[in-house]
Amino acid sequence: MPEITYLEAIRQALWQEMKRDERVFLLGEDIGRYGGAFGLTHGMLDEFGEERVLETPISEATIVATAIGAALLGMRPVAELMFMDFVLLSLDQLANQAAKMHFMFGGRATVPMVVRMPGGSGSGAASQHSQSLESVLMQFPGLIVINPSTPYDAKGLMLSAIRNPNPVCFVEHKVLYKMKGEVPEGDYTIPIGVAEIKRPGRDITVVANNVMVMKALNVAEKLSKEGIEVEVVDPRTMLPLDTETILQSVARTGRLLVVHEACQTGGWAGEVIASVVGSPIFDYIDAPVRRLGGKDIPIPYNRILEKAAVPQEADIEQEIRASVEGRI
Amino acid sequence: MSKDKGKGSEKDIGSHKLFDKRVKQLKMSDDSLIGLYRTMCTVRHFEYMADKLYAAGKVHGTMHLSAGQEAVAAGISLAVQPDDYLINHHRGHGHFIAKGADINLMMAEFLGKDAGYNHGRGGSMHIADFQSNNLGANGIVGGGIPQAVGVGLALKMQKRKEICVCIFGDGAANEGVFHEAMNMVALWKLPVLYICENNKYGMSMDVDRAVAKLPIAQRADAYGIPWACVDGNDVVEVYDAMKTAVEHIRSGKGPYFVEAITYRYFGHSKSDRNLYRPKEEIEDWKQNRDPIMRFTKHLLQSEIIDEGQAQEINAQAEQVIIKAVEFAEASPEPDVSTLMEYVYA
Repeated sequence: MPEITYLEAIRQALWQEMKRDERVFLLGEDIGRYGGAFGLTHGMLDEFGEERVLETPISEATIVATAIGAALLGMRPVAELMFMDFVLLSLDQLANQAAKMHFMFGGRATVPMVVRMPGGSGSGAASQHSQSLESVLMQFPGLIVINPSTPYDAKGLMLSAIRNPNPVCFVEHKVLYKMKGEVPEGDYTIPIGVAEIKRPGRDITVVANNVMVMKALNVAEKLSKEGIEVEVVDPRTMLPLDTETILQSVARTGRLLVVHEACQTGGWAGEVIASVVGSPIFDYIDAPVRRLGGKDIPIPYNRILEKAAVPQEADIEQEIRASVEGRI
Repeated sequence: MSKDKGKGSEKDIGSHKLFDKRVKQLKMSDDSLIGLYRTMCTVRHFEYMADKLYAAGKVHGTMHLSAGQEAVAAGISLAVQPDDYLINHHRGHGHFIAKGADINLMMAEFLGKDAGYNHGRGGSMHIADFQSNNLGANGIVGGGIPQAVGVGLALKMQKRKEICVCIFGDGAANEGVFHEAMNMVALWKLPVLYICENNKYGMSMDVDRAVAKLPIAQRADAYGIPWACVDGNDVVEVYDAMKTAVEHIRSGKGPYFVEAITYRYFGHSKSDRNLYRPKEEIEDWKQNRDPIMRFTKHLLQSEIIDEGQAQEINAQAEQVIIKAVEFAEASPEPDVSTLMEYVYA
């Protein structure tokens, strides 16, 4: 199987789906001649032309609204927001409009659209270009929030997202763009709303998303040599969240750590933990459940401070050890 | 269409010559004129019934009534085709009726019943009928304005002949998305008719205190969009402007902007005690500029209908509303077991 990057995997999904379905088109800032701020749509303007790779003015709210209007008329728009932080400029259209249309209109409207947004820290882009806002988006039923952690998942989930009849927020992670992995050249989809156990283990369940999956897997590999077997669960879809897979995993391991880059207060770790401790699985828990979120601060510019603001492998390792060794 | 209209509405009241001249120029048939009258009467009865139902405790939540603004809704509907798309604002009952919505289903939705257009999930602010390309009202002021860009874009991509009519109020024109959207429809020459229904107040904020430069429609100049500002209480003038606009758009020349100056009789919503405008002002609009009164006068004078026919049409319109209330009241509430439905498609 060919190895390609996370970025290339997403481009491949867009490319193949545009070939397959003429209703699919791209819109966003600098996605044409520039090829996208991260180069993700490089080459697509030449291949598909200006009508299907639509460069827009800097108008994030109207970019999302344009996708909504076109989706209502049966198109399959894929909008790009250059940075996830900019979703806040378009949140009325996503949260008050797209998310609620199917419901508010009594099931008579569908809004099949995808909004891509690269989030996360690690690129030195400071406070307004580094946020992880998936927990914010999880507050809007009607939206689907996808958060792939590997090239393979990115392609399969993107194909599912475009074919889904609901508005989908496709949250990419900037640091993962260069990550390489095996990706089939052909068409395949990954089901939305289904978590995956990325590594099985008997001692503790670590639930992590996007870049934290990679970090958790590295830690798991290291601890395995000491006989500590970590199970890494990747929700892949944040909304709707597959709590069932998480509950089953915790029932097996008896221990839970949730890791995310999003700020800890109000972060989705709280949601996962509440669903575990509030379920019959609680009887199987052997140690206090733990969470490791980003610090409750804006992401700083300085490289050292930026790293310290979000969980690193050493932090994850420390949390796992504390749980397994029975420390509070 | 002259650009200084709207302010001069007083001089046109009773100017029967102008009415006759316009009707002739526009080649309006008696049937279409009577149709406009019927639509306006129906909207008026719907709105007064809505108020009555609220007072009787049969409707909860809020609603925004358009009594006094009927000529705008009626004038637009005659200028467009039934399959043209409509994106509407929160004060939308009149526009839906004028577009030909099923009044029984509207009333059922208004009462929150399962038989309503939205199965009782939307209520007054979100009535939509996707089968007739009515894309719904919006509870967020200005929320629909940028969506019209997408509808226009899809129509262009799909090489279709329909246009998108997007109606909003004077208040919405001050939202940021208004400018984003104006720029983009003009840039891409999209088939969108933007209509600013200026009823002079955004809730309590009068337009003179909210808009730096009037008329609102002149903002279209900044985007190279042709525009007109008309007396929104003169249904024939509204139709005239809309007809010009629709012809422009359908010929592929891109968007058009029409501002219609009008006035609402009821408060902004149910919590409104009308503390921000003098009673005399409301009475003046009701007594001297009422769109139905003005239009009726012209119809009688031109002998298109007589007094008896006018009363009959009005009574028929009232009956339609009474029947709709009967239908809605007899309809069941949504079953609580369906609460979680329609969240995802």
